[in-house]
Amino acid sequence: MTAAGGQAWETLRHDVLVIGAGGAGLRAAVAVSEVGLSVGVVSKSLLGKAHTVMAEGGVAAALGHLDAEDSPDVHFRDTMKSGHFVNSARMAELLTAEAPERVWELERWGAVFDRTPAGQILQRAFGAHSYRRLCHVGDHTGKELLRTLQNRVTQLGVAFYPEVIVTRLFRDDSGMAGALAYRRVDGRFVLLRAPAIVLATGGWGRVYAVTSNSWESTGDGTALAFAAGADLMDMEMVQFHPTGMVWPPGVRGLLVTEGVRGEGGILLNAQGRRFMADYDPKRMELSSRDVVARAIYQEVQAGRGTPHGGARLDITARGAAFISRKLPSMRAQFLALADVDITREAMEVAPTCHYMMGGVRVDPDTCATRVPGLFAAGEVAAGLHGANRLGGNSLADLLVFGKRAGDAAARFAAASVHLPVVAASEIEEEVARVLAPLRQPLGPSPYGLHSALQEVMTRCGGIVRSGPGLQNGLQQVLEMQERAARLAAPGGTLYNPGWNLALELDAMLLLGEAILRSALERTESRGAHYRTDFPEEDAAWGKQNVVITRDRGGSPSLRTVPVAAVTPQQQRVLAPLTQDVTGRAPS
Amino acid sequence: MMERSAVPGKERVLYVYRGDDYQGEEVAYRVPVVPGMVVLDALHFIQAHEAPDLAVRWNCKAAHCGSCSGEINGEPRLFCKTRLDAYGSLDIHVHPLRTFPIIRDLVSDVSWNYERAEELVPGFRPAEPPPFHLQQWEVDRVEEFHRCIECFLCQDVCHVLREHGLFGQYWGPQLMVRIAELEMHPMDTASRTDLLHSAAGVGLCNVTHCCTDVCPEGIEITHDAIIPLKERVADQHYDPIAAWLRRLRRPQPTSP
Repeated sequence: MTAAGGQAWETLRHDVLVIGAGGAGLRAAVAVSEVGLSVGVVSKSLLGKAHTVMAEGGVAAALGHLDAEDSPDVHFRDTMKSGHFVNSARMAELLTAEAPERVWELERWGAVFDRTPAGQILQRAFGAHSYRRLCHVGDHTGKELLRTLQNRVTQLGVAFYPEVIVTRLFRDDSGMAGALAYRRVDGRFVLLRAPAIVLATGGWGRVYAVTSNSWESTGDGTALAFAAGADLMDMEMVQFHPTGMVWPPGVRGLLVTEGVRGEGGILLNAQGRRFMADYDPKRMELSSRDVVARAIYQEVQAGRGTPHGGARLDITARGAAFISRKLPSMRAQFLALADVDITREAMEVAPTCHYMMGGVRVDPDTCATRVPGLFAAGEVAAGLHGANRLGGNSLADLLVFGKRAGDAAARFAAASVHLPVVAASEIEEEVARVLAPLRQPLGPSPYGLHSALQEVMTRCGGIVRSGPGLQNGLQQVLEMQERAARLAAPGGTLYNPGWNLALELDAMLLLGEAILRSALERTESRGAHYRTDFPEEDAAWGKQNVVITRDRGGSPSLRTVPVAAVTPQQQRVLAPLTQDVTGRAPS
Repeated sequence: MMERSAVPGKERVLYVYRGDDYQGEEVAYRVPVVPGMVVLDALHFIQAHEAPDLAVRWNCKAAHCGSCSGEINGEPRLFCKTRLDAYGSLDIHVHPLRTFPIIRDLVSDVSWNYERAEELVPGFRPAEPPPFHLQQWEVDRVEEFHRCIECFLCQDVCHVLREHGLFGQYWGPQLMVRIAELEMHPMDTASRTDLLHSAAGVGLCNVTHCCTDVCPEGIEITHDAIIPLKERVADQHYDPIAAWLRRLRRPQPTSP
């Protein structure tokens, strides 16, 4: 295990290291490889298993195939409005302008999408998109996207390291030096040397008890970036997807695609009332995710929920043939796991933690963090989605900003003249820290602490929040951080999930704290962030983002920064919205 | 809704393989049953309460990712999709994929499959740059292959690999699905017939359907992927008149 005579770790060298093999990481790797630099990708899972496979509905790109009135400008307006204007207008502009090209590029690499009768890519309606915009293939678009990128990196000969867990980043003031990681399949340590690193590690939905996220979504990359000196932003903005499965217990939280509503599914309460009429009569089920999630939550709180505490989602009116063709995975999922045939009965659904709008603060054009040589793209990065993410924008985000981060990291690596040295003592110190849980004979179980964290975050930092609740939650999380130092994980270094969880808890406890602190700071309700003690939007808060910096002692320190200014051109594009708000003619 | 599920509150014993490729044994664990419980839920319970170091792969828990493959009572299955109540009062024995080397407990080394994918050339070569004009029926024809979740259950059950160990001569059904996906893409212009005839070894498949039977995505691997690929190889390599005509017209296509 550790140094007994020789070095206890293997050293590998690349121009760019990508951490994470979901859509953003693989798209970044393609960008680096295409300019002829050496790129290594590490992933906690096997290739092609990342959480991107769970994205079902589609990728948002204003191709205008069904609605000729659609354009990147309208997509930009929808994205800003849905983000409640605390998002980065520049990121939204880049996303909406570049998404079409990124989608066609996937076709060139072998992806297939459903078609219109005219033979173009078919687009489906989705919540809070003004037009039919989501390019899709059935209800497994994320898998199609990930598989296409997987095939592309395989063809390009990108070095891939599966089941490798990064625990620490090394740097100096000029750039990155590398990352220390261990391989699950043999329990050995590896030092991955690179002057530029792209973080594409996704979200941290596992801090909540009910989530659509896989075991991987523990926010390791966010915590690594924070420890290396990067800022976090918008951490209070947590998206609860309106429709997760609720029954049976084992599948609670599992995603039910928004495509069900996009294809005509309606929401009913236990009394059979189509309750969205009471919350958003104009957009009904296709209102934005924050509104629909809160509506279901409030119906259940008011005693109008289903027996297992949810709402009914009914698409039976569309008929069995249509449902089987457009929503095959959903149909199979409900049949196999819940004994429900969705072509004949309603589904039972309730909100589930789905996505983190907040994350590592980045430069909109290059995805560069404050740390030289460190870039972040996809869910791990903040800014694009603001207070609420539009469905379909995350897949577009992965492609557009994955490429941008890869391009920028490649430029950085090509321009870097020296690779900072990593002292052996630093590595030995980290190895000792990582191995500590294996050597504690007695101590709390990581599984128990994880459930405790999930319970506190769900109760205190969930879909509806209040000052006292957040304060109480924060106190408990801080106590848990102390307990986490003594976690015990019996067993060895070879594929040991308890040990792995003990290490991931460091990240989850930090991010739990960051969510609660940021939520306390924002004394208003906006998008996904809803406080019963401040139930209204506050115009002053609409101009601020909450940013967390690591202070000298390593603790999180909060400040607010002004939302990036909107350019005159962006202002012109947004103008129809302001008219809408002031009661004049909408666009 | 869930009335056929196992009786809540009852306990169930799972016999789980613990060990590696060289030695190991089944260990019995008692698990309290909840409605709709799947084998993966039971394994998670065991991890949280009895064996924190029990190794098992999983990701999506919804049969979309193909991570939690293994063998339950000798049958290749996804742990996330296999319900305890499907076994009635039968004992439940949980093992890793046996065709590949066992790393630890329920985790097997499936890297061989990814290495073959790296050798798959040529890749997709479209006739023209996008945007493509395609009809839905053309998409539907290949969409089936795109449903593959790379769980490798078909590789696990394929007796060319499992019984005969011909890893050096046949790539197995999962890679045949991948090649079929490329070969039948309406815009693709490349040919992989030589690859199929040589390294990928489609001729070794003797069409026993075992792979199709275990596919959790219901892909008709044998009929829709392997047999058409065999036909392409036969046309290219075993039709004497066609071969003679081809030789007259142009030189034989060479390997990539």
